[in-house]
Amino acid sequence: MSTATTHDTHHEEHPRGLLRWVFTTNHKDIGTLYLIFALAMFFVGGAMAMIIRAELFQPGLQFVDPQFFNSMTTMHALIMVFGAVMPGFVGLANWLVPMMIGAPDMALPRMNNWSFWILPFAGIMLLGTLFMEGGAPAGGWTMYPPLILQTGDAFPYLIFSVHLLGISSIMGAINIVVTIVNMRAPGMTMMKMPLFVWTWLITAYLLIAVMPVFAGAVTMLLTDQYFGTSFFSAAGGGDPVMFQHIFWFFGHPEVYIMILPAFGVVSQIIPTFARKRLFGYSSMVYATASIAFLSFIVWAHHMFTVGMPLTGELFFMYATMLIAVPTGVKVFNWVSTMWKGSMTFETPMLFALAFVVLFTIGGFSGLMMAITPVDFQYHDTYFIVAHFHYTLVTGSVFTLFAAAYYWLPKWTGNMYDEKLGKLHFWLSAIFVNVLFFPQHFLGLAGMPRRIPDYSTQFAEFNMMSSLGGFAFGLTQLLFVYIVIKTVRGGSKATDKVWEGAEGLEWTLPSPPPYHSFTTAPEVK
Amino acid sequence: MLVSKVKRWLTALAGTALLANAGGAAAEWKLNLRQGVTSISQEAYDLHMLILWICVAIGVVVFGAMFISIIKHRKSKGAKPATFHESTSVEIVWTVVPFLILIGMAIPATKALIAIEDTSNSDLSIKVTGYQWKWGYDYLGEGVSFISTLTTPKEQILNQQDKGENYLLEVDNPVVVPINKKVRLLITANDVLHAWWVPDLGMKRDAIPGFVNEMWFNIEKEGTYRGQCAELCGKDHGFMPIVVVAKNEADYQQWLTDQKAAMDADAAGADRDWSMAELMERGEKAYNTNCAACHQANGEGLKAAGFPGLKGSPLATGPMDAHLQMVMNGKPDTAMAAFGGQLNDIDIAAVVTYERNSWGNDTGDLIQPSEVKAAR
Repeated sequence: MSTATTHDTHHEEHPRGLLRWVFTTNHKDIGTLYLIFALAMFFVGGAMAMIIRAELFQPGLQFVDPQFFNSMTTMHALIMVFGAVMPGFVGLANWLVPMMIGAPDMALPRMNNWSFWILPFAGIMLLGTLFMEGGAPAGGWTMYPPLILQTGDAFPYLIFSVHLLGISSIMGAINIVVTIVNMRAPGMTMMKMPLFVWTWLITAYLLIAVMPVFAGAVTMLLTDQYFGTSFFSAAGGGDPVMFQHIFWFFGHPEVYIMILPAFGVVSQIIPTFARKRLFGYSSMVYATASIAFLSFIVWAHHMFTVGMPLTGELFFMYATMLIAVPTGVKVFNWVSTMWKGSMTFETPMLFALAFVVLFTIGGFSGLMMAITPVDFQYHDTYFIVAHFHYTLVTGSVFTLFAAAYYWLPKWTGNMYDEKLGKLHFWLSAIFVNVLFFPQHFLGLAGMPRRIPDYSTQFAEFNMMSSLGGFAFGLTQLLFVYIVIKTVRGGSKATDKVWEGAEGLEWTLPSPPPYHSFTTAPEVK
Repeated sequence: MLVSKVKRWLTALAGTALLANAGGAAAEWKLNLRQGVTSISQEAYDLHMLILWICVAIGVVVFGAMFISIIKHRKSKGAKPATFHESTSVEIVWTVVPFLILIGMAIPATKALIAIEDTSNSDLSIKVTGYQWKWGYDYLGEGVSFISTLTTPKEQILNQQDKGENYLLEVDNPVVVPINKKVRLLITANDVLHAWWVPDLGMKRDAIPGFVNEMWFNIEKEGTYRGQCAELCGKDHGFMPIVVVAKNEADYQQWLTDQKAAMDADAAGADRDWSMAELMERGEKAYNTNCAACHQANGEGLKAAGFPGLKGSPLATGPMDAHLQMVMNGKPDTAMAAFGGQLNDIDIAAVVTYERNSWGNDTGDLIQPSEVKAAR
């Protein structure tokens, strides 16, 4: 800093060492923190998945007792949803939104710092329940009462950590909305924004709409447990099913919160490597908005078996089927973008292509489950487990990998190792299918989800799934190695990085300056 | 056992290669939804196949276009990028066509759903109650009721014995129903949520404490059909199976008569005095069916998971009245259920007596079924 000469270098002054990260209000630092946190939680949640798959490797009880098994399924879901996928996409938003819209930083930098730093404490509190009397929560991540009220000492910690995670998400969302609405460079109209920015704007509104609902639902659990209320207890005039309605009013938009930014990432990557403009930009925007709207009126398809009136079941079946229309538009647009392009297949593109195929398979099984009379068979079996892992692992997580490979050269200034990247892709793509595809068959044959032991007819596919799981888990260590290697060095990346890349972030140097655009660029 | 393990290992490893023709090769490699034995399960299967094939067709078109593009339109083959990036007519087509396909799916789905939800004009009603972790059945109007629990021995679950043919899908008292009769189930729960599901019957429905759900089935074929609880209900969620035995009308009537006779014999026994040995013998059986899941057969509980032991515990060695009250009324917000509503006077007396005189608990206390009756 001592040799600084330009007038705005005082912006570059910041504490060094550990304190830099604690006090930082910089969108890139906070983005990095989010991404590191997400990666760490991905491995914590992944370790729990390994325990689950080890127990399910063979029929019989081998490693853990059933109560601990239930804790593992519960914690795996909570950690992956709230610790890995959501913070992963918020990390991307922090890094990319200001660079994509031509802003120097996020609009509310101090709140940005706080919304990150709540997370590790919420995460530690949640993980701490593993060591409490009565064990970690074991009632499923959906926390259905009355079962969740049987949680031991962990119960209030579970509720409080959910509150904290929610506060963090809401603050992050507000920040993203304010940044996008107020800080776009001159000429960057709404309909010129990159799709990643669009999908995050819509996601942020979903978060603001549903996180308070979730907080309300868990608070009612808390008062039912400790303050004598009976919101969800039939004996006191309440209704356990009401919790499910409130939870899924949050929960369904929540699953789109985890996938819409992924749509945005894929819509950035495919045009770059097809060297051709995204097909149907405006229909992509409208499709995203339609999916977001529909997400508020389909929640009860998660609870077709609770015994709703026939008209209710019909409404939720029709509304759910409708989602296939805008989702289809997106897939058709991606394929049309590739059509007659000039494609190359670097690691980000490979992950994006795998996303299109495998997410669509998850979409197909979703459409099948929308059909209520058949869902009575699919519901709460391994078929649904396969479905949501296709949408969340090969959907959201694959996109996070794609994004990491796509923007790491921009972020670090170094190219990643393409050979290792491709190896990571192929191992992941093969093993993820060995892991999750057999689960479709298990569900159809009648294996319920969330069971620690199963009838011997399910043994073969479970063993195959477990082997795929171990291999997929191990493969992810390779990703950590590639990232560390890229951060530490490698061939220098150009500013544009990719031949076909378009957008403001590629006009900045690689790595970009601490504050992205101190003078707003002109967008034509 | 080792041989079968190794065999399973090898089959699984070779499995991926076998997938293509595995469907018919062995029951263990079953790939598709079960067709089942009721009109409902058949309709669900037909709809499942319809939607599956539509999805396959769409997949072939979409992925086909994508792979043609990947093969032909690549830079390494000298492909030059086109410049088109929108087409209103194409976009309208691929919004409208899927919509029409969806309507085509919705019509048969609606018909099937209306039929499934019509529980009227049933020939027979059975009340089903979910407990942590067993099922209770009441044949309404017949006065027959019983509890149905898992019979798979603990040794099989802990891999100390070879697993039987119906491992985890076998019970002491199966639900017996007549064939070709519309059977209506009235489903509820006593503690937490459960879900009653037998795949071959084509339907599952949640059991919710405080509410009564309905479903129906009409089995066309005599036989034994097996299923499981399908809603997470705590520690032993994976260990509360359902077994339905469908019999012809005459056999069903015979079974009903036998059940009634057995229940009458039990009711008579409640009024006489029982000896210590009798109570201990009956108590061990009742304890292992109802209590051992949490408190364990050795009475030591599972402390890490929050399930207390009874061996030497103040409750099981202190005043008997408190002990009886706990068994009868349970402990709120825990898995300790109120067994007063589940077990008869003999079983409660036997369980309390057994717990007070086992695993080194030597109170010598004995409680008679008549005393339990008086305490209700």
